[in-house]
Amino acid sequence: MASAIRVLLFARLREICGASTVELSLDDAATPAECFDRLAARHRALASVRDRVMVAVNSEYAGWADRLSPGDEVAFIPPVSGG
Amino acid sequence: MTGRRLRVEVTDRAISASELADLVRDPRAGAIATFEGTVRDHHAGKKVAFLEYEAYAPMAESELRKIGERVIERWPLEAVAISHRIGRLEIGEVAVALAVSAAHRAEAFDALRWAIDTLKETVPVWKRETGPDGAFWIEGPEHVPVEE
Repeated sequence: MASAIRVLLFARLREICGASTVELSLDDAATPAECFDRLAARHRALASVRDRVMVAVNSEYAGWADRLSPGDEVAFIPPVSGG
Repeated sequence: MTGRRLRVEVTDRAISASELADLVRDPRAGAIATFEGTVRDHHAGKKVAFLEYEAYAPMAESELRKIGERVIERWPLEAVAISHRIGRLEIGEVAVALAVSAAHRAEAFDALRWAIDTLKETVPVWKRETGPDGAFWIEGPEHVPVEE
């Protein structure tokens, strides 16, 4: 699908959604915020964590309202705990 | 940045600061500072049996590279090496290792401290802690029970 957006989910977000990757259509989700809303409509527990989640597009930190392009990879990043 | 060496990796192999110290060794350096973050048997009052680390690997490596590039811009270093391990780690194993070399110790210590502090804020790596009380996602200061 030419207008596909790939969404990556990590750690607790993957657990909540039951998947590490979700494909969405750019027609439905033109920004990371809209991607998150699509997922939150299917997985209610996501809404409560959104304030603490950060967004990356194509492996770079990005904004919730950034416009997505076909083929973009969006990652939702829960609070990190490396080290 | 000519002549300054930077090596970063996210790996499921065992890592150590001594291995990284050898990578940053340099004839122009009078100081090598290293840090290892190791798996502790307790956290926030809970006993810990083991940890499982996961990463968004391509982004984690690019964020580690940014940290390395920033410390090289900010301090007069010769070389920087940073490794983060992922997968299951037992008590005492090394989760993160850093080494920097510099002409003098002050900049080596300062750069090392800034690098590990920044790593803990920006690099997309997560840990899941398992102990007698169950399994938890570690999200900053919070423990969130694993539900699967």
